[in-house]
Amino acid sequence: MDGLSLMTSRWIDVCALEEVPIRGARRLEIGGQTVGVFRTTSGEVYAIENKCPHLGGPLSEGIVHDSAVTCPLHNWIIDLNTGQARGADEGCVARFDVEVRDARIFVNIPV
Amino acid sequence: MNKKQKLVVVGNGMVPGRVLETLFEADPDLYDVTIFNAEPRVNYNRIMLSPVLSGESAYEDIIIHDEAWYEANQVTLHMGAKVTGIDRKSKIVTSETGISASYDKLLMATGSTPFIIPVPGHDLPGVLAYRDLDDVNAMLGFAKRKGSKAVVIGGGLLGLEAAAGLHMQGLNTTVLHLMPTLMERQLDPSAGYLLEKELSRRGINIVTQAATKEILGTDKVEGVLLEDGQELAADLVVMAVGIRPNVSLAASAGVEIGKGILVDGQMKTSDPDIYAVGECVEFDGHCYGLVAPLYEQARICAGALAGSGEETYVHSDTSTKLKVTGVDLFSAGDFADSDNREEIVFRDATRGVYKRLVLEGDLLIGAVLYGETSDGAWFFQKIKDKDPILDDDRDTLIFGQAYSGGPPLDPMAAVAALPDEAEICGCNGVSKGKICGAIDKEGLTNLEGVRSCTKASSSCGTCTGLVESLLAFKLGDAFQLDTKKTMCGCTDLGHDEVRRLIVSQNLKTIPAVMQELGWKTSCGCAKCRPALNYYLLASWPGEYVDDGQSRFINERVHANIQKDGTYSVVPRAWGGMTTADELRAIADVVDKFNIPTIKFTGGQRVDMLGVQKEDLPAVWADLNAAGMVSGHAYGKSLRTVKTCVGSEWCRFGTQDSTGLGIKLEKMMWGSWTPHKVKLAVSGCPRNCAEATCKDIGVVCVDSGYEIHFAGAAGMEVKATDILCNVSTEAEALEYCGALLQLYREQGFYLERIWKWAARVGHDKVREQIVENDQLRIDLFERFLHAQSFAQTDPWAERASGKVDAHEFAALAHVPAE
Ligand code: SRM
Ligand SMILES: Cc1cc2nc3c(=O)[nH]c(=O)nc-3n(C[C@H](O)[C@H](O)[C@H](O)COP(=O)(O)OP(=O)(O)OC[C@H]3O[C@@H](n4cnc5c(N)ncnc54)[C@H](O)[C@@H]3O)c2cc1C
Ligand code: SF4
Ligand code: FES
Repeated sequence: MDGLSLMTSRWIDVCALEEVPIRGARRLEIGGQTVGVFRTTSGEVYAIENKCPHLGGPLSEGIVHDSAVTCPLHNWIIDLNTGQARGADEGCVARFDVEVRDARIFVNIPV
Repeated sequence: MNKKQKLVVVGNGMVPGRVLETLFEADPDLYDVTIFNAEPRVNYNRIMLSPVLSGESAYEDIIIHDEAWYEANQVTLHMGAKVTGIDRKSKIVTSETGISASYDKLLMATGSTPFIIPVPGHDLPGVLAYRDLDDVNAMLGFAKRKGSKAVVIGGGLLGLEAAAGLHMQGLNTTVLHLMPTLMERQLDPSAGYLLEKELSRRGINIVTQAATKEILGTDKVEGVLLEDGQELAADLVVMAVGIRPNVSLAASAGVEIGKGILVDGQMKTSDPDIYAVGECVEFDGHCYGLVAPLYEQARICAGALAGSGEETYVHSDTSTKLKVTGVDLFSAGDFADSDNREEIVFRDATRGVYKRLVLEGDLLIGAVLYGETSDGAWFFQKIKDKDPILDDDRDTLIFGQAYSGGPPLDPMAAVAALPDEAEICGCNGVSKGKICGAIDKEGLTNLEGVRSCTKASSSCGTCTGLVESLLAFKLGDAFQLDTKKTMCGCTDLGHDEVRRLIVSQNLKTIPAVMQELGWKTSCGCAKCRPALNYYLLASWPGEYVDDGQSRFINERVHANIQKDGTYSVVPRAWGGMTTADELRAIADVVDKFNIPTIKFTGGQRVDMLGVQKEDLPAVWADLNAAGMVSGHAYGKSLRTVKTCVGSEWCRFGTQDSTGLGIKLEKMMWGSWTPHKVKLAVSGCPRNCAEATCKDIGVVCVDSGYEIHFAGAAGMEVKATDILCNVSTEAEALEYCGALLQLYREQGFYLERIWKWAARVGHDKVREQIVENDQLRIDLFERFLHAQSFAQTDPWAERASGKVDAHEFAALAHVPAE
């Protein structure tokens, strides 16, 4: 690899839409990192780094409500749109673009 | 005279019908028109098939173009003639019936085809789609036979209209819907709940989360089998699970297709002489299934065909209404939640009204209305126009057009303006005059006073705000708003009210509670959802279906999450007992799965820590094989029953404390409770099992058993109170069971027994369990009834791979570079 290569990303065909439960999440192990794939009541799909900015809690295991997830370890609330912690807490996780095509979920992962 | 060009139309649905109308208006002499239609009839209003099915209209009422119209416009219509070939080189189409016609321009409007789920039996006679008049006539044929049973697969727009129509025709009708709430693509769960409630009230049987496995029958439909094993009898099955653009003809002619026939902004396909409109079309990634955007396509296409079209088609939002008489429902735009969006929710439980508006910045972008939809069009216009909503208008926006632009409503001024007869509390029929009278006469100063004197706001509680405004209006500064503890920011109700109303109003699902009790958010939060899930489970044993997504991770996966994301596994050791075989099995599991830590807990059992999530089902399978089950070390549920060795070994033992502990644990395991519950049984007052700091404790004495309750040894430390003394083991079991049930029925979520007892009063607990024999017997019976549904080992269910498999498997494994 030469030193000039740009940051690139690719779309990963993750799974069928219904494999992620509504108000639930799944983990995606990819390229040495874990991504949480979330599906909200209103049917939106999000993908964020599966590591709580507090102490690294696995966000995919939390309770999903409106467009946020509450971390299972100490209840920080992470917004799925922005990756930011809500309320008084401060911190942020990476978020990835998601597309739903023909009822399958695609996530754009940097490589 | 110019020679007219030849226009051939394939398909005679609503959209090409509109193209021709517009074209003839612009220039009636431009084209010689020939239409081929696979259906053996003229152009009719497909949308209105539902009233024909229900008997509210006849076919004649829904014809758009009668034969006279074709004659007047000199259109040749070949009915029952399906086009099977297009020769694009020589520009000729040919039908199945052998008719050919040549064209200068071809318009494809083949609509869409209903999707039929390819389950076994899908081709049996009696399986129908819902698309055209033939389908409706076939359904009506079944209606003539008395007692026929219909199953409609699909709880979307079409399925529900079909079901409502079949039901009105006297068929015994069931709707099977794959998702948890009806019409989930157009409605949010709250509105979906109201719709389900209304249709069920009418007598339509609605089964959600129902996956069809097979259609049963030998030479005709006899029933439907679901994935979960349920079987429904049926003479008729209607599949309304979706539509696919009908592209086969275009594809075979080599016209470019994607999901639909690809068109540009002029509705032109990849062949410049072929146009396409309607449901068969894909424009800019969108396919449409409602006429409003399709009629817009028709207008553009007519312009293009007339050669006058400079306009191009642009994608637009659609709005939805369900055409079931008496059901008012409207949705438009985008109503998903998101951080940069705000929602305005209005609920009126007595009238069954739900409205939700979604705003992004100062724009209205989505609306869902149920029960009162008169402002639907007004909201839809605002969505389409992208009119900024001024700050001053926000407060009254949800009340619709009538309030728009008016002065912002001051709640006090609003109640002051109400006449004395105005009804404030719909549940109990209490007027403003009556409440004001009671405030004056009885000298009431708070909400509780008004509730107990007039009953206003004591049932569903949605008028609480109004009653408070009335108090403030009457008393001025003397009125202090009650600072009561609400469950969470999603509701103004406290745990006590929610628990009471769930039972008194017969609320059996989370969306039902949220609607009827006026939740302020559309789907709750991480505080209220687990609480509601527990309250429903405790109130409706055997009936309520647990909502896994409303549980904390530990209860959802039946293991304790650790700080590094691994899990711990604690099998039950009944009464703290184990065997050599069990210990051997545990040791084997630890070796096999490389479990890093094994520890004796403070609860007299073994904890295996650091288990990988994906290994959990296999670990459990091995433990199950050795006879061990989940210890619920993760649950708001029965944890451990610690014991001492008791009379079996100990020189001081007065009773078989180990045996009683095992019996208590076997009776209580699996039970869900407001918070965790731990017991202990000691064989004598030396109390080696530490029974006097437990939620429930038993200290054996010579004369029998001393039953204790409400101890604490966690963040608070507190010795137990004595409930009573009993003389037999059977009584000890009954009293403990009844006590646990009382706590299950009265405790607030996350309130340990000692907190509950402090709140309701220890004497009050004794009164109900000890002094009132009948009450205790009833409580015990209710406990055992609830347990009959609760005692399935959650580990065995999951080890089998049949329950929640998605929880344990990660999605894709792409190795790191
Ligand atoms: C494993 C164990 C410690 C041990 O190594 O011995 C333990 C471990 C945990 N305890 Fe405990 N408690 C354990 C016995 C106790 C005891 C002693 C007992 O049961 O005899 C107490 C005091 C009595 C009591 O229940 O109050 C105890 C009081 C607590 C509390 C404080 C509860 C309170 O109301 O004050 C919490 C926090 C909570 O529940 O909110 C807690 C929470 C926890 C959690 C579940 C923390 C969490 O949420 O992740 C720990 C889970 C670790 C795991 O994955 O296994 N644990 N914990 C014990 C498991 C007992 C069992 O076999 O099930
Ligand atoms: C029961 C029902 C209720 C509905 N309710 C609503 C509603 O409330 N609101 C709303 O906006 N929309 C509603 N719709 C949808 C609406 O009816 C359609 O969007 C609209 O009719 C589509 O028109 P179209 O011309 O594209 O296709 P269609 O109306 O489907 O017409 C296609 C025609 O082409 C014929 N055809 C197909 N292939 C060939 C071939 N090779 N040769 C010759 N002919 C062929 C077919 O037989 C059919 O007659 C409803 C639909 C149904 C079925
Ligand atoms: S006392 Fe209980 S909750 Fe605290 S660290 Fe120990 S195990 Fe965890
Ligand atoms: S690790 Fe997520 S809240 Fe602490």
